Amino acid sequence: MIPYGAILSSYLVAAVLFILSLGGLSHQKTSRRGNLYGMIGMALAVGATALLILGKVQFPEGLAENLRGILLDDPTTATVFAAAIGIGALTGSILAARVAMTSMPEMVAILHSFVGLAAVLVGISTYLGSGILVPEGGELVHNIEIYLAVFIGAITFTGSVLAFLKLRGSVSGKPITLPGRHLLNLLMVVACVYLSIGFVTAEGHTAVQPLLWMTLIACVIGFHMVAAIGGADMPVVVSMLNSYSGWAAAAAGFMLKNDLLIVTGALVGSSGAILSYIMCRAMNRSFISVILGGFGTDGGGGGGTAAARDHGEVTTFDVDEAVEALREASEIIIVPGYGMAVAQAQHSLSQMVDFLKEKGKTVRFGIHPVAGRLPGHMNVLLAEANVDYNIVLEMDEINDDFAATDLVLVIGANDIVNPDALEDPTSPIAGMPVLEVWKSETVVVMKRSMGTGYAGVQNPLFFKDNSRMLFGDAKEVVDQLMTGLRSH
Amino acid sequence: MKIGVPREVWPGECRVAASPANVKRLQKLGFSVQVETGAGLAASFDDDSYRNVGAQIVDGAAAIWEQSDIVIKVRAPMPHPDLGTHEADLLREGGTLISFIWPGQEEELVQKLASRKATVLAMDCVPRITRAQKLDALSSMANIAGYRAVLEAAHHFGSFFTGQMTAAGKVPPARVLVVGAGVAGLSAIGAARGLGAIVRAFDTRPVVEEQVQSMGAEFLTIEMEEDGAGSGGYAKQMSQAFIDAEHALFEEQAGEIDIIITTAVIPGKPAPLLITEQAVKNMKPGSVIVDLAAERGGNTAGAVADQVVQSHGVTIIGYTDLPSRMARVSSELYGNNICHLLDDMGGAEEYRVDEDDEVVRGTLVLRDGEMKWPAQVKELPEEQMKAKGADPSDFVAKAAAEKKDHGPWMLLLIGLALIAVGWSGDSGFLHQVSVFVLSCFIGYQVVWNVSASLHTPLMSVTNAISGIIIVGGMLQMGGSLEEPATVLGVIAVLFATINITGGFLVTQRMLKMFQG
Repeated sequence: MIPYGAILSSYLVAAVLFILSLGGLSHQKTSRRGNLYGMIGMALAVGATALLILGKVQFPEGLAENLRGILLDDPTTATVFAAAIGIGALTGSILAARVAMTSMPEMVAILHSFVGLAAVLVGISTYLGSGILVPEGGELVHNIEIYLAVFIGAITFTGSVLAFLKLRGSVSGKPITLPGRHLLNLLMVVACVYLSIGFVTAEGHTAVQPLLWMTLIACVIGFHMVAAIGGADMPVVVSMLNSYSGWAAAAAGFMLKNDLLIVTGALVGSSGAILSYIMCRAMNRSFISVILGGFGTDGGGGGGTAAARDHGEVTTFDVDEAVEALREASEIIIVPGYGMAVAQAQHSLSQMVDFLKEKGKTVRFGIHPVAGRLPGHMNVLLAEANVDYNIVLEMDEINDDFAATDLVLVIGANDIVNPDALEDPTSPIAGMPVLEVWKSETVVVMKRSMGTGYAGVQNPLFFKDNSRMLFGDAKEVVDQLMTGLRSH
Repeated sequence: MKIGVPREVWPGECRVAASPANVKRLQKLGFSVQVETGAGLAASFDDDSYRNVGAQIVDGAAAIWEQSDIVIKVRAPMPHPDLGTHEADLLREGGTLISFIWPGQEEELVQKLASRKATVLAMDCVPRITRAQKLDALSSMANIAGYRAVLEAAHHFGSFFTGQMTAAGKVPPARVLVVGAGVAGLSAIGAARGLGAIVRAFDTRPVVEEQVQSMGAEFLTIEMEEDGAGSGGYAKQMSQAFIDAEHALFEEQAGEIDIIITTAVIPGKPAPLLITEQAVKNMKPGSVIVDLAAERGGNTAGAVADQVVQSHGVTIIGYTDLPSRMARVSSELYGNNICHLLDDMGGAEEYRVDEDDEVVRGTLVLRDGEMKWPAQVKELPEEQMKAKGADPSDFVAKAAAEKKDHGPWMLLLIGLALIAVGWSGDSGFLHQVSVFVLSCFIGYQVVWNVSASLHTPLMSVTNAISGIIIVGGMLQMGGSLEEPATVLGVIAVLFATINITGGFLVTQRMLKMFQG
């Protein structure tokens, strides 16, 4: 028999390992160790809990009565439990091994939804079941905890499912804005609060109906909230859902009187919150305005006039001219955007970069914090394609170097290189920090068409004297450039 | 609108506020230009060259000042030696003057101009932001001064700059030390390198190291943690310990250096003394020091403004008119700066003094006699500053600072909530809340350190560990499968497991790539 204290201290060790795990990510060199810490922590936590429910633990005097309810003594349940773990682990491994790096945003989103779903299920189950004995007089607080855990969990669940569908392209990325949607959200929240009154005051665990109704409404809220947010704001949405999944776990921890859940939930919650904050700052938008959604549809009068402005003609390049420009340049910066991810151009690009570097040219990448659909999305894609991360620089590191650059290659990026953000105070993206590519000698912009970015504003960069447009699918164009470079 | 270009009256001043090329540009902007007889002569622009581009030549300063809507000048107005009146009094009432003014030092002059109800734009007050670079006259002049300083030094230096192997013997290359790597310093480095010298440079701001090296000079440092970068890309004053270390460094260097060019100026303060008497003594006889800060007291012991003096066998040059010594190019560039300013202000057609325009607002000293200087300096984002290589950690530090603004309120709120909880008397719950709050703080501290390139792995790993909810599911399996609570628990375990394995494994996959 293992003493009960050993279980508690395993939980403590697991919590510390989780903290170390996040700490390890502060640098590439220590990051893998960080992930390993996380795995060990998780194994420890699950192992200790398993011992606990399998009755291998000597409960202290007085607590034994309280804890009897959690013992896994039904053999059928035990079998199903083992099966659930097995199937879950197998599914998880397959998902992780199969997912393409360009689909990471979807993967992350769907995993968030699982946490949300699990939180809802655990919450309802706690209410129905008898596993946790509540001390005298703590009934009210406990009910509130259950209610909150289910509420946050449900929002996370449906919000993430919709984010997943949007990122996958199954649902249009355009914001769906119902008339009076803020009022609608408000009404739903009010309804949830109203239902809570009946729920928390109910004697014994009898008020299942209000709980289920609330779950349903919270599901609609989550869905509706994400529906109103446009594609370009997805990095914020995904990090926000990341945060929610943490808060859901923390709320479950309160409900189950489990410190490990509280610690872990709080870590994940604050991590997601910081990420959302960083993303919002990178777009110069407030968190509230992102959540309220509708960006890109109602750009406002200012945006309208900006778009109507006469920009003049764009100058185009064909592949041969671009090859020539690449050959002549010695300082090259590549600015990738979502278009590179869509076209899966990172591998071809990596080859081209290697080739150019062999020719003695300096080639670097400039990454905007919100490039792509996930924080750090571009870094992952470039790492996948074996690009040395020492030449992949953040916006703040590289922005001053554009003036001394011969050639900038913009690949499938738009709003993040829009000079209007700095120059036109009426622009909808005014004040957003952008990569100042136009300061370089020549800018070659690879795009599929002249379409606007997610912010829906025209980009004067394309009309600048030193800009050249190179139309086509990013991967095909990069491959053609490569052929051109090799053939001489 | 009429622009007037009077002749400069400062003794020995050779520059003029507009070259013939500038006049052409001004006309393109819609202005008509009149130039005083002989205004450009010292800068080798004769009256005919102005006439040829369509400027009107006007005789006499009084007429120019009286007839022009906008007067452009290089030097700040001063008593006119021929007329016996102050130039400021020549300005027509309510007229506009664009020139170097130095409103910080020249209060009397500003008052004089104010009494004329003048509108005054000071070219020395152009804000140091990216957009205003093309009208930054101080930089244009500093660039020329730095270049010329090297030539003056070469003139007084009794040897080659570049090393030579001749049949008669070997001549080592000159060693040049440039102190202060601002615009003038960098320009001096470039010029000295161009002549073939070996160049070292020193600056209190570590951020300029890269620029110094890119110009081909060696960057000297002091082993001391102090950053001299002040606001707007200028240097700030350093601590005494740092200054002592600087002196020691220069005294040590002086022995092997042939030419020192000092350019250290701190805005609004006398120039710091950097090259001590001892350092001068340590130099080989025949060495040369050019002190670009001589006007503000000098960086060198013994430097005299506008003079060349000998001290311990070392020639110390304190010229303050270096740009004027290259009047043709400095007039041209200064004129360009003014053209850019007038272009920004709308040209002649839409000319207007727009105080919402940051650049105009910064430059504006008087508006119709009303004092406008100094403009409220808006804190500019780091990346817009002219000083390159802003510290990347600022990103995080600033963001953290912004967050901290809400700190006190957040803490108060949390504190109140905790007290309220404590009131209810449920100590178990209070314990949980403390764990929760502390964890939030730990998470906050830890996550700010995560490198931006690892944000995606961060999300997937936090995702995996939020699968800890599995513990919750496991605790619900006490009953038989007929109870809904147990069923729900099992499903929760299933999903949480997918989350845990999927999250960790995909993170592992990603991180492997980062190390590959």
